[in-house]
Amino acid sequence: MTDKFETHEHDVLVIGAGGAGLRAAIEALGQGARVGVVCKSLLGKAHTVMAEGGIAAAMCNVDAADDWRTHFRDTMRGGKLLNNWRMAQLHAQEAPDRVRELERWGALFDRTQEGQILQRAFGGHTFKRLCHVGDRTGLEMIRTLQDHGVQMGFDVYMECTVARLLKEGARVAGALAYWREQGRFVLFKAKAVVIATGGIGKAWRVTSNSWEYTGDGMALAYEAGAELMDMEFVQFHPTGMVWPPGVQGLLVTEAVRGEGGVLRNQRGERFMEKYDAKKMELATRDVVARAIYTEVREGRGTEHGGAFLDISHKPAEYVKRKLPSMYHQFKELADVDITAGPMEVGPTCHYMMGGIRVEAETAQTSLPGLFAAGEAAAGLHGANRLGGNSLSDLLVFGRRAGLAAAQYAKSAAAPAIASADVEAAERAALEPFQRGEGENPYTLHRDLQVLMQNLVGIFRTKEDLEEALGELEKLKSRCARVSVEGSRLFNPGWHLALELQSMLTIAEAVTKSAQMREESRGAHSRIDFPKTDAAWGKKNILVQREGSAMTLREQATAALPPELEQILAEEK
Amino acid sequence: MAEATLRIFRGDSQGGAQAEYRVPVAPGMVVLDALHYVQAHHAPDLALRWNCKAGKCGSCSAEVNGRPRLTCKTRMDALPAGEPITIVPMKSFPVIRDLVTDVSWNYKVNRKIPPFQPRPGVEWKYSQEDADRVQEFRKCIECFLCQDVCHVLREHGKHEAFGGPRFFVRVAGLEMHPLDGANRARLLKEELGIGLCNITKCCTEVCPEEIHITDNAIIPLKERVVDEFYDPLVKIGRAIFGKRDG
Repeated sequence: MTDKFETHEHDVLVIGAGGAGLRAAIEALGQGARVGVVCKSLLGKAHTVMAEGGIAAAMCNVDAADDWRTHFRDTMRGGKLLNNWRMAQLHAQEAPDRVRELERWGALFDRTQEGQILQRAFGGHTFKRLCHVGDRTGLEMIRTLQDHGVQMGFDVYMECTVARLLKEGARVAGALAYWREQGRFVLFKAKAVVIATGGIGKAWRVTSNSWEYTGDGMALAYEAGAELMDMEFVQFHPTGMVWPPGVQGLLVTEAVRGEGGVLRNQRGERFMEKYDAKKMELATRDVVARAIYTEVREGRGTEHGGAFLDISHKPAEYVKRKLPSMYHQFKELADVDITAGPMEVGPTCHYMMGGIRVEAETAQTSLPGLFAAGEAAAGLHGANRLGGNSLSDLLVFGRRAGLAAAQYAKSAAAPAIASADVEAAERAALEPFQRGEGENPYTLHRDLQVLMQNLVGIFRTKEDLEEALGELEKLKSRCARVSVEGSRLFNPGWHLALELQSMLTIAEAVTKSAQMREESRGAHSRIDFPKTDAAWGKKNILVQREGSAMTLREQATAALPPELEQILAEEK
Repeated sequence: MAEATLRIFRGDSQGGAQAEYRVPVAPGMVVLDALHYVQAHHAPDLALRWNCKAGKCGSCSAEVNGRPRLTCKTRMDALPAGEPITIVPMKSFPVIRDLVTDVSWNYKVNRKIPPFQPRPGVEWKYSQEDADRVQEFRKCIECFLCQDVCHVLREHGKHEAFGGPRFFVRVAGLEMHPLDGANRARLLKEELGIGLCNITKCCTEVCPEEIHITDNAIIPLKERVVDEFYDPLVKIGRAIFGKRDG
């Protein structure tokens, strides 16, 4: 029956070709696995290319006093101790090796006087820790991984979107996808599947995320029965562009502040003094984002509703060399010369700390055969991610996911998938074509973005969250009436109609989790529960599907071993 | 609010025609914003590629008023006011649908290029000055606008014999890497056909990353090929000492 589909078999199928997916694929290949990589865009265009500031790793090239313990402590403190401690430990210990490995594969980082990899300061990091390439570190990383992986020989299925994970009993055994180009379906059979699809930023109106960030991987895993975790923790980056309207939300790298940029309000006050007098502009992202938001709300914002970020006190040549893409971005898109005057910036939805729950060592989800890494997975960052810890996360846990998936595949039987399941997935994906005059997917997407922006943003209340859930229900029923025009040949309206289902599922998980956590911690700020609550500090919220219902439960965090407790207690 | 008229190619590999759409113009708007407006309000199936909308991914390439450009970096207010804006797909690649072209050829060319090969026993240190030279080439976002404008591909269709500016930039980044020990001269001459380039600098003019493709990548690589294959001293040396670096 499944003969009617183009079919490919792999030991390991990696969904997503950003940093985590490519690193996973490289590791699985190294283990001798037959690896396929499926990605929604062309290879090399994934969201990782937008990462600017750097890769956090205690290399000690600039600050000799740094070590993994300090990186571990910074990460845990930044995450308000809700992090999976084992992930934070592995991440801090392994990140330097992962950076050196990139260099050996051809990446060219900026150098110190001694010719070593240069490291820069970033928010929440005690020492100068971010290995970087100007302000285009992500591009360097993805190009290095892409070229290395292609030479090693993985099969890449570009512009191919996974519509559903397929199972054999409890085990994940493959996926049904469609070629964006032709609209034809393709069946993947795999002994192990790695999800590395990134986040969900496109559910908010003001976002730094690209179109791909529609929560697909999280929704695929959820629909297959996997647990999600920490979904209430959505990071709003403090500095996105606010003007002109078309570029609202576009990222202004934290490296501007890392290189000495200062924040001021309309009155010229360096307002961070009021919010974190010690760390000032390099306080953690949750603190700076709330500070800017509060300044604007209390009437001290700039003309277009932001704050001023100024690096023009540095020599113009230095700014152009260390922040070249920021220089061009503002000059070309906003007519602002950042070497001569300030930028206008405001918070923008940037990163999802939550995601698919995984085991620290293996990146395995709660389902056999399913692994997850990078932004799609939860745990490392707790309630708030430090800048620079994302690229290192992709490398450390991408590698671990690829390794564990390949090892799992070695002992797994060849997958068998019921043709009825495949055909049901195909029918569901084609439904929008069957409907006559229905909802416009673009209008529905806009309505979802406005809803999440207004009611599930930086500051949250019980009333707003309840209203949001009611509105989400209405959007879900409208989504069931979405129709598309045209053919299956490269049809973005159809693609969006399917992505809307993922976004709605994940938006609901975020809203319900935010409603349940009655405290403020990290990126989750409840106006009605403004304090951090010690009891909540020992609990994660898990989200899982039961039938068609979304259920939530609390789970106690694992206790830290004494030696790590000791590290956390030290002042440095 | 001011309005603009867009003439967008609608069609596929079988052919097509320009369709006209009216779009309201907001301050600072770029052509990609206008295309998104058309998608949301007039033509939900309008096919185009885009990812970051920040000039970092190189997905949204097209020809705007006849010039290869990233639509996310092309300001509406930089185009002649009151005149229709034409947006058509890149000419050097086969059309799939509307503004989306089949760029898979580029990925095939890329596979031919031997990867970075560190010299044996190398110390992993080099100066920022050495990095600078290569980092220029590493800025490439693979928008393929240079491939689109290059007449060897665009006018003469020599896709089989020629690698195109993008891949000369890639090879330059490897050849000039301070720690690389491989030799790609034969590849440049025979597989990538660098001799076909007659340095008209069209590629440099359209590069959104302002890489000096012709001066800093192609010309030095051409010199390497000449040194390797046509320099009598090298020929004698090779006869006596054998070929350098395999």
